Amino acid sequence: MAQAKTQSLDSAETDKVQTTPEPAVLNGAELLIRTLEDIDVDTIFGYPGGAVLPIYDALFDVHDINHVLIRHEQAGTHAADGYARATGKPGVVLVTSGPGGTNTVTGIATAAMDSIPMVVFTGQVPTDLIGNDAFQEADIVGITRPITKHNYLVKDVNNLEQVIREAFHVATSGRPGPVLVDLPKDMLNTECHYSGLKKISIPSYKPTKEGHSTQIAKAAKLLSEAEKPLIYAGGGAVLGEAWEELTAMAERLNIPVTTTLMGLGGFPESKPQSVGMLGMHGTYYANMAMTECDVLLAVGARFDDRVTGRLDGFSPHSKKIHIDIDPSNIGKNVPVDIPIVGDVKKVLPAIDQQTTKPEIDDWWDTIHKWKREHPLKVPESEDTIKPQLMIEKISEYTNGEAIVVTDVGQHQMWAAQHYTYNYPRSFLSSGGLGTMGYGFPAALGAAFGCPDRPVVCITGDGGFQMTVYELATAVEYEVPLKIAIMNNQCLGMVRQWQELFFDKRYSHSILKKGNPDFVKLAESYGAVGLRATNPKEMDEVLEQAMNINDRPVVMDFQVEEHENCYPMVPAGAALNEMVEGDE
Amino acid sequence: MKQSTNGTTQTLNKHTLSVLVSYNLNALSRIIGIFSGKGFEIDSISFGSGKQSDLARITITTHGDVQIIEQINKQLNKIIDVVKVNDLTYDSFVERELALIKVTATRSRRSEIMQIAQVFRAKVIDISPEKLTIEVTGNRDKVNAFIGMLDPFGVTEIARTGSVALKREFDGNV
Repeated sequence: MAQAKTQSLDSAETDKVQTTPEPAVLNGAELLIRTLEDIDVDTIFGYPGGAVLPIYDALFDVHDINHVLIRHEQAGTHAADGYARATGKPGVVLVTSGPGGTNTVTGIATAAMDSIPMVVFTGQVPTDLIGNDAFQEADIVGITRPITKHNYLVKDVNNLEQVIREAFHVATSGRPGPVLVDLPKDMLNTECHYSGLKKISIPSYKPTKEGHSTQIAKAAKLLSEAEKPLIYAGGGAVLGEAWEELTAMAERLNIPVTTTLMGLGGFPESKPQSVGMLGMHGTYYANMAMTECDVLLAVGARFDDRVTGRLDGFSPHSKKIHIDIDPSNIGKNVPVDIPIVGDVKKVLPAIDQQTTKPEIDDWWDTIHKWKREHPLKVPESEDTIKPQLMIEKISEYTNGEAIVVTDVGQHQMWAAQHYTYNYPRSFLSSGGLGTMGYGFPAALGAAFGCPDRPVVCITGDGGFQMTVYELATAVEYEVPLKIAIMNNQCLGMVRQWQELFFDKRYSHSILKKGNPDFVKLAESYGAVGLRATNPKEMDEVLEQAMNINDRPVVMDFQVEEHENCYPMVPAGAALNEMVEGDE
Repeated sequence: MKQSTNGTTQTLNKHTLSVLVSYNLNALSRIIGIFSGKGFEIDSISFGSGKQSDLARITITTHGDVQIIEQINKQLNKIIDVVKVNDLTYDSFVERELALIKVTATRSRRSEIMQIAQVFRAKVIDISPEKLTIEVTGNRDKVNAFIGMLDPFGVTEIARTGSVALKREFDGNV
């Protein structure tokens, strides 16, 4: 790719240079692409602009990296995030300086909160202009410092390759997270050498992987003697690819497993040990099990406030074992009896090996009783589409095998409750930051990462409109993505809180008047638009949508507008103080 | 002050943290960002090169209950550029701060001020008909006490370095 440049540099020895397979001298932009190829980056979500023109020029002749032209940088970061969650590989974003960088902020923060590996390359004004308020200049390293695991401003092109490799190493190791690399334009145009160095070592960064053996032995003893044990698996079980170890352990020891929103799919929900999701909109039986258990094994979870409810009422009778690769997660919100810093994939089998199966038949009887008496409810209706039914239907039409990507709000919680997740990396959702507008572009990214798996985006009429412009990208690349809008004509979760806690004063939460005709909107982009207003039509629409494989399908499901999401732990209540809604 | 989330009330302790970190401003900003972003306190901070030229030693004095100090420690350790965090509070350590204090000193009060300075082993480093500038070195309490003693005379300006500290090599046990 740097052939022309090399020739002009060394025209006297043209023949010799041409036979050299890999020119030693290239510019920073070419070095970046070369290094990305070497790291096996296959997809970049990007948007060009002045400061990154040299990179786009270098990309022009490259065929083994698929550059996806997104329509907004925020959506680009969400797409890279969805790609990363679905594949386990780091998502890569390339944007220009100034507004290109600032538009990535929401996506980076979303990835940071959910520990998603991502590397964002931003253009920057030339080094001699930095600080001059130059055109499209923004201190993106400063802006993203609190929301990145690490970030770099490249000031010397000789460090560029090292920085790129470090960025990927940091993003993907330990507790993963987003890393940003800021590239001043002069760095991209300066000549440098590609070294192909492989080994990356950062002396000050060595995540602990092996758990402490004494702690592991203590944990095993506690679990062996437990009468009411519970495994609480978080996003770390999925990110740490520990689903097989977790399933093996829970099945052998016959211990109930609850997962967080981020942990969905980390343990198959069709297994008898599954008690579903816990937390603010978790199942009755998961929240009760959490409250009543005597030994709690937390696996890559972080005791988030949506999971714990009021802290003094959280699992008050249990001894707590906490495995996490990030020491700062341990003891942050809830005191822990046996902290184990390490990689869940390594620590779980070590505990499993030393644990004898506890006698817990009474405990299972209690749990089964809770399950019988307080199941998740799907209200029946022949005229209107109940949101819960919509999710169950999607689960049915995809055989529970789709990658489900949600936005944020009521539909997100229903999607978490009513779709049966049996496979890891199959439920992608903005859990920590709760970013509306995340769902659709993240689904797009997941579809690029896993072209062989069906991808369904379950979104709301509010959230979909925040990033709806990515229909252009989906149509351009012929992505057979299914977008199911749970259209209740309002910001459902906001409306629900206003109904329950603000005297039904629906302040600025009704979208009805301004909502577009989603079918026409889809069609104007060249996508397929379908609409259903009753359960019968919903079946027809889903049937039709599942058979479209050459372009995106937007399904406008006009659901019951006033349905509330239950069970619900109100803010400030303990986990067992659930509101279960109307009979 | 950030409240302990486990509901227990514990006495607030002063802690002196010695942080070894790559010598760059992004790292310094990240360290300060941890404190401002997560609601921790900085009582003083000093930044300077350490033994190796590519590493800086940052000394931070802070306060909080056991849980907060533990979080500060862990959060600092999470920063990629941080090589080592030492909470010196649990060891025997030496700590010094330097302060320059400008105090109003008319002819009639001058000798009294200089006597106080002598008690604190402080040095007069600048003198004018109306003002004295005095340099004092010591731990934080001593510097505070000295400033307190000068206060009635009219302190007009103060510049303090913040504490610098190192672990004591010999703790007295033979």
